[in-house]
Amino acid sequence: MARSYQQRRRRIAWILVAPALLLLALAAGWPLVRTFFFSFTNAMLDNPSEYQMVGLANYYATHDGDSSGVLVDPLWWQAVGNTLWFTVVSVGIELFLGMLLALLMNQNFRGQGLVRTAILVPWAIPTIVSAKMWGWMFHDQYGVVNDLLEKIFGYQAHLAWIAEPSLSMWAVVIADVWKTTPFMALMLLAALQLIPNDLYEAARVDGASAWQRFKRITLPLIMPAMIVALIFRVMDAMRIFDLIFVLTSNSEATMSISGYAREQIISYQDMGMGSAASVLVFMMVAGIAACFIRVSRLNEKEKR
Amino acid sequence: MKTTRRQRKFAHNLVIYGGATCAVLFCVFPFYYAILTSLRTGQELFLPAYFPSGYHWSNYVTALVANGIARSLLNSVLVATITVGICLLVSITASFALARVQFRGRKFLLFTILCVSMFPQVAVLTGMFELVRFLGLYDSLGALVLSYTTFSLPFTVWVLTTFMKSIPVELEEAAIVDGAKTWTIIRRVFAPILAPALVTTGLLAFIGAWNEFMFALTFIISSDKRTVPVAISMFSGASTFELPWGSIMAASVMVTLPIIVLVLIFQKRIVSGLTSGAIKG
Amino acid sequence: MKKLTLSLITLALAGVSNAAFADTLRMECPISPGGKEYCNYVKDRFEKQTSNKLEFIEFPAASDEKLALLQQLFAAKDEKAVDLFQSDTIWVGLLDKQTLDLTDAVGDMKGDFFPGPWANDTVNGKVKAVPAYLDTGVLYYRKDLLEKYNEQPPKTWEDLTRIATKIQEEERKAGHKNFWGMIFQGKSYEGLTCNALEWIDSYGGGTFIDEKGNVTINNPKAAAALDMVAGWMGKITPKGALGYKEEESRAVFQNGDALFMRNWPYAYLLSQGADSPLKGKVGVAPLPAGPEGKSANALGGWQWSINANTKNKDAAIALLKILTDADSQKMQLKYLGFAPTRSALYEDKAVLEAAPHLTLFKEIFANAVPRPATATKSQYPRVSNAIFNVTFKVLNGSSDGKTAVADLQKRLERVKGKDWH
Repeated sequence: MARSYQQRRRRIAWILVAPALLLLALAAGWPLVRTFFFSFTNAMLDNPSEYQMVGLANYYATHDGDSSGVLVDPLWWQAVGNTLWFTVVSVGIELFLGMLLALLMNQNFRGQGLVRTAILVPWAIPTIVSAKMWGWMFHDQYGVVNDLLEKIFGYQAHLAWIAEPSLSMWAVVIADVWKTTPFMALMLLAALQLIPNDLYEAARVDGASAWQRFKRITLPLIMPAMIVALIFRVMDAMRIFDLIFVLTSNSEATMSISGYAREQIISYQDMGMGSAASVLVFMMVAGIAACFIRVSRLNEKEKR
Repeated sequence: MKTTRRQRKFAHNLVIYGGATCAVLFCVFPFYYAILTSLRTGQELFLPAYFPSGYHWSNYVTALVANGIARSLLNSVLVATITVGICLLVSITASFALARVQFRGRKFLLFTILCVSMFPQVAVLTGMFELVRFLGLYDSLGALVLSYTTFSLPFTVWVLTTFMKSIPVELEEAAIVDGAKTWTIIRRVFAPILAPALVTTGLLAFIGAWNEFMFALTFIISSDKRTVPVAISMFSGASTFELPWGSIMAASVMVTLPIIVLVLIFQKRIVSGLTSGAIKG
Repeated sequence: MKKLTLSLITLALAGVSNAAFADTLRMECPISPGGKEYCNYVKDRFEKQTSNKLEFIEFPAASDEKLALLQQLFAAKDEKAVDLFQSDTIWVGLLDKQTLDLTDAVGDMKGDFFPGPWANDTVNGKVKAVPAYLDTGVLYYRKDLLEKYNEQPPKTWEDLTRIATKIQEEERKAGHKNFWGMIFQGKSYEGLTCNALEWIDSYGGGTFIDEKGNVTINNPKAAAALDMVAGWMGKITPKGALGYKEEESRAVFQNGDALFMRNWPYAYLLSQGADSPLKGKVGVAPLPAGPEGKSANALGGWQWSINANTKNKDAAIALLKILTDADSQKMQLKYLGFAPTRSALYEDKAVLEAAPHLTLFKEIFANAVPRPATATKSQYPRVSNAIFNVTFKVLNGSSDGKTAVADLQKRLERVKGKDWH
């Protein structure tokens, strides 16, 4: 009886997954397949129906001793460096702050409803608005950030947050951390909710300190949810574009890989190169996500 | 020297309330600054200030009347609500299967679903544009519902799958022993326990659909069908260079308020207390 | 009875067929305040003159977003999207294939317009757009401060540097701590290309690419121009200027913290606004000349173009003629504050009474230098990108003029390949 029940469940499972799969295959499948396809052509944006197949030329090609293609473009590699640095720094800070916030929101205290609402405010403001707002806040002469630095720390240097390439990446990190820490905090909070209170009670009775409770109970139990949140945050951070564009426009020094792809497609009309860059972005992100998933699986196996 | 219970409680409260204050200040200050800016006009906008010097409500009037934010608010509410509804519905069923049933190709399916979210938005844009025109959805809110639902699915499916996996098998087995069908199991057993996860993903998906800009700009061209982010981007001063900062901030404040209200209503559910009870039983 | 019915039917049919032949044209309506009034004015005239209807659509103000949107619409070959739209000065070559050839229709109007913009709108001898309104870079200065220190508005860059350094030092000694000499737009975007064009051309270094399409940037005069500006950074120009677009730079001048500013004419009206601390204190002049006596200001502004896929070419051309005649341009000035492109209007008493500041700008408009967009056609974005990125490097100190112009020459030649297309 058990076996046929399993078989029935398997069939039902496919039916249950079908709507999601259908929607994704139809609506997302077409643009993605198209991107792959165009990366092997020399199509232009204003006339996508006229093109020739050029094989791997958009990725890498040599002729007359001169090489061309995305993989040879130093700007591409600069963008890769910028994006990786940004991802590591930004997601790291967000994880740390998000964890603190989640632990805070998990407590019972007066006014907790207001705190939970307040924490979601950064996520709720449209990015185009918050990006421009941060742009103004980082203005070197009249921005609030420099003003506060002067008023609170007496630091009068009028930092050129947006003009200096190194500072501007930090400005982007600050704006991004502000905006997406709520996302991490919320995900981690939902995970914290699943931990039954009696586990903590038992540990407290056994005399475990707060840090030990955190390390031995909380961390392992929220690890799956934390990894999912990390995967999505990393994927989003790797694809960042609008914050950098609003804060630093088309500067080569701070360009991200998504910005590179967009520049090729939209500014230069070059769908071939732009699609090749997009496919490369996909491959990078897929690789990193696969690593995270592997870590997650190992973690699951360990628990068993 | 052992700390007394009262001292420990005091330290505990200090940490919590101190942390809460810092968190709220950090998150809300830029929004507070936006409200401040929306109440200033003209020359004042260029200088930093921390307290309102006067209350110029004219920016709000301009944003509402001259730029028709009210209409776009309605459009945004419609699109976001429908998106979240369809998304959650489709995701719950899919994640149940992916989390609780062992079938071949499960891991591959999960990864493929994730892959949808790995492309830069610009790459997807031209393809979606073609698709939307092909389906005759160009310049209609349906185009936005389709795109937002599709691209929110990976996130909602993955999160719900993860949360479903952490629900103990005993609960489910108890329900099966009681003779419940699969759909009833989903409805009566899982959905209530998953309430925090559902509310969280629903809120995040709602906000994602609310704030999305690129698709909304490209797929809709009539001014009465616009959503909020595009409507705000259409604010212009007398020349292409000038940004009417005051009215933009006023519009943003008006646009963020519904979300704050939404969160206030649902935030209790984010931390539902059902979990411990259900699992113990 | 039969006769009545028959005539009724004929009337009805005539009515139907008339309606069937009446097209709805879609035109872009500027989103600035006053745009709606202006568009209604155009709509009235158009619908009275032809039997067609006019509908309006709006595009975002930001140049990049608008271009991306337009290109998507063109790629989809959607003739219903828009028939008449405003094209940025630098898009005329880029959108060559998507815009209607207007040479036959409006070629005879050539003499009525300023020659610079008209030439910019002609691609390969074909008229592809008609100038709608003019914009150009100008030098703003503080009349009151120049008076206080007994200086005249600078005629050369050397003068400007000297005056700015002196007055900045004096003002700071007097307690005005945050005072700067010269402000411009230094962010890595199209505006920096405009600024760079102005510096380099005024030094006699050419316009990056000449009208024949040859890359001319690698010359010592261009290098000298860039080195001059690099010398300003941190001294009379804040380093943060490399993060300024138009509004951020205007903020510094508007707050009274700058002596000179290079910006577009829009800033003038704002500086003379009711609550402005600069009311009556701002003067406008052509940008200073380089050592060889040439002054250069970049041409900006917008042009009206017609979608090549439009269903009703005649109606669209009729609409274009309405939009670009003298009356419309006067209305445009009145409702939108846009400077006219017809040279005669700058002598018109009524116009000058309504907008006295136009007298200040007339000479400057007449001599505006266009960017090499039309010559480089669809590759202009790459050209501009190379220009502003290289300039940015010189200004933030990571490169010097000589290496930069050599580098830029190589980059531009690589973009060009065999020829611009």
